[in-house]
Amino acid sequence: MQTAALTTGVQAPVVHPPSPASPAKLDLAIRGLCKSFETNRAVLTDVSFSIANKEAVALIGSNGAGKSTALRCAMRLVEPDSGEAVLFGTELRSAKARQLRKIRSDVGFVFQKHNLVPRVSALTNVVHGNLGRASGIRGWSQAFSGRHIRERAYACLERVGLSRQAMKRADQLSGGQSQRVAIARALMQQPKMIVADEPVASLDPVAGQEVMDLFHHLAKEEGITLLFTTHNVAHALAYSDRVVALRGGKVELDQTSALLSSSDLNEFYG
Amino acid sequence: MVETSQTRPGRRSIPTRLERQNPLTFVAYVALLAFVLWSFQGAGWSFSALVSGGPSMVDFLSRAWPPTTERLPQLSTALLETFQMALAGTVIGVILSIPLAMMATKGLTRPTVLGRAVGACARLLIAFFRTVPDLVWALVFVISVGLGPFAGTLAIAVDTIGFCGRFFAESMEDVEKGPGEALTAAGASRLDTIFCAIIPAAMPSFITTSLFALEKATRSSVVLGLVGAGGIGIELKVAMDFFDYQLAMTIILMIFALVLVVERLGSIARRNILEGNSQ
Repeated sequence: MQTAALTTGVQAPVVHPPSPASPAKLDLAIRGLCKSFETNRAVLTDVSFSIANKEAVALIGSNGAGKSTALRCAMRLVEPDSGEAVLFGTELRSAKARQLRKIRSDVGFVFQKHNLVPRVSALTNVVHGNLGRASGIRGWSQAFSGRHIRERAYACLERVGLSRQAMKRADQLSGGQSQRVAIARALMQQPKMIVADEPVASLDPVAGQEVMDLFHHLAKEEGITLLFTTHNVAHALAYSDRVVALRGGKVELDQTSALLSSSDLNEFYG
Repeated sequence: MVETSQTRPGRRSIPTRLERQNPLTFVAYVALLAFVLWSFQGAGWSFSALVSGGPSMVDFLSRAWPPTTERLPQLSTALLETFQMALAGTVIGVILSIPLAMMATKGLTRPTVLGRAVGACARLLIAFFRTVPDLVWALVFVISVGLGPFAGTLAIAVDTIGFCGRFFAESMEDVEKGPGEALTAAGASRLDTIFCAIIPAAMPSFITTSLFALEKATRSSVVLGLVGAGGIGIELKVAMDFFDYQLAMTIILMIFALVLVVERLGSIARRNILEGNSQ
């Protein structure tokens, strides 16, 4: 009943076939995801889309459209009610704990609120990015880590232009710096794919631009697959190969960015 | 949905000064007040005893003044032992309460039947340690390990587990969930997440709680001596029993100084550690 209420007044979904890159290897395939929370509100009613290797995809939609939930279900940080998420060829719901950790370690997840551990240094936060590969006390702090790990973490900070802040406490960094440290932590994972949930929503326009440029370089130069959500239509068009739009828990648009205009996307915020 | 409060135009319905009370709530308040007054009677509250007790108090003070300094060396040793009991007991208690608190923290254990059972057991154990008074623990340990400071140390350790276990668990429950989620998303294990994201965030609270535990332990270690669990308490009891009020006054002032110093150092340490550098 909820579903019907949410979709009233919306014409038949305009779902274009997946991008021209679809015959290539898929990094992520989501099929028929449904999720509702305790409040009985259906957040995702039927979400399907896929992302090819080395593709950059923007996921857009108004607040409550289900973007964050879709990303979390894709990583199985949130357990979907039904549907499946196949990440690098493995269906996540059937994956065992160890296998799940291995798959997750291939995806760098960047959050809207950077989610750095406060009170420890930026470098330690970056070192944490390696925990998916090497669990245990040596990965808990830069002070316990081996030389190789520390060097690699430092290089990741250099990559985001923050090597000078390596020993600064994470809670003393600015918003833009924090988000770049979070990206460095994701890079420490040597990810095949970066998933970013509104990475610039809490940043000022300049810092936001820097962060998006950084993502763009990583995606284009290092061939990392990119999936990001945003409310910024210009960002969605400029930094993606393809745009997927959600409305009322469903995919309503799945189209190559080059064929879209900002007015096409603004419609989803109307 | 429809706004019905402004039915008559020109006359706005201002909220009443006092919200109308449910009659049951009112009765409950009256009953509560009556119980409080009755408690004074039950506690043997007596103004006459308070008035007549005044001169006796003055008499005690005049006989206790000036404090004697003749047994200062022995008393200093006993006072040091008291503090050592408090410190050792607190350290053991804090160390043991960390794993117990981790088991007791909601949302930290696996959401399985076993995980929930472990959590419930840990919480019950902590509650038991906390609700049984330290003096009772001291009596129990005097029976099991004999008279002396070791019994007092164990009593303090158990009492500290009850105190720290609860507050450590609460502070871990209150930690912001984001960093932990980020590490889980990066493939970190549950234990990694606890040690990397939850414990560092809860650390300020851990330190504050531990220092409070030490202050609490210092105060209780004085009393534990009364039941033969080591420290300066026994000296105080002997002095009182022999009506040696000058010696008793010395001991009371020494205890006062010790507790004051521990509290001052505790608050200085809290401030410095909390502002400390990153690792």
